[in-house]
Amino acid sequence: MDLGIEVDESRPPHVVVEVRGEVDIATAPKLREKLVELASQGAQQVVVDLDAVEFLDSTGLGVLIGGMKRLRGLDGDLTLVCTSPRILKVFEITGLNRAFTIYETVDAAVAG
Amino acid sequence: MSPFDGSSETVLSLEIPPRAEFVAVARLVVSTAAKSRRELADDRVADLTLALSEACTNAIEAHDAKDEADRVTVRVDEDDERLVVTVEDRGPGFDLMELPTHPAVTDPDRLNFERGLGIPIIRNLVDEVTFTSDDGGTKVSMVLHCPPSVAGMGPDDLLDLDDVDLDAAWDDAGLDDEVIP
Repeated sequence: MDLGIEVDESRPPHVVVEVRGEVDIATAPKLREKLVELASQGAQQVVVDLDAVEFLDSTGLGVLIGGMKRLRGLDGDLTLVCTSPRILKVFEITGLNRAFTIYETVDAAVAG
Repeated sequence: MSPFDGSSETVLSLEIPPRAEFVAVARLVVSTAAKSRRELADDRVADLTLALSEACTNAIEAHDAKDEADRVTVRVDEDDERLVVTVEDRGPGFDLMELPTHPAVTDPDRLNFERGLGIPIIRNLVDEVTFTSDDGGTKVSMVLHCPPSVAGMGPDDLLDLDDVDLDAAWDDAGLDDEVIP
């Protein structure tokens, strides 16, 4: 299972990270590396688009929490785009839907 | 050891190396078994798949401290009323009473818990769960209450693994010859 990650930097100050596939213990490190790289390059407002994610477990949640904390520590933020009920449920049962700002579209996330 | 008292049947038993790439294989096999054997709505299958992923992740992380030649066992049993998925590792075990309690979701400290969300997720998604752990390993048994499939499969039918694209799953997992049991 490969994890697809595409970065769109055409909507400053936001950087949009589109994730595709399954985020689990095998693939989450790739997402972590990308978020760390973006933060180290100066990105502050990162939008992670999860609409093409088919599966996400607590390992993926951990990476997103880590990314959000890192960016908030730099006066930025990590927000999410997600409309899949199956993925949203993971946030809801952990209560993390209240920690993240979750938008329905990338346009809404970029408009903030 | 069966989690049932009486007339249960083992649908499948799968041994995986304690490596991250194999969690996706376990998800594919168990979700296919659940769909083919039981009357389960898609969202219940998704719940089971997520709970299984959490249990396998914990099992594989437990093996970090031990020999990689060990295996994680994933087993599916059923009877007329229940489907039981058991994940058993041979890691060092843990004390359930010493698991940290997560702060309330409104507490900023909650975000310090990047890990350890797996067991609360499992508890939320399945009808019953039991954990047993000692220094020989940890066993997680997850139960869904659901009737057998009415699609013509009798209790003696075993899962037809031809329905599962195992070759693709093994390939995706990057299996090489040296780790084939």
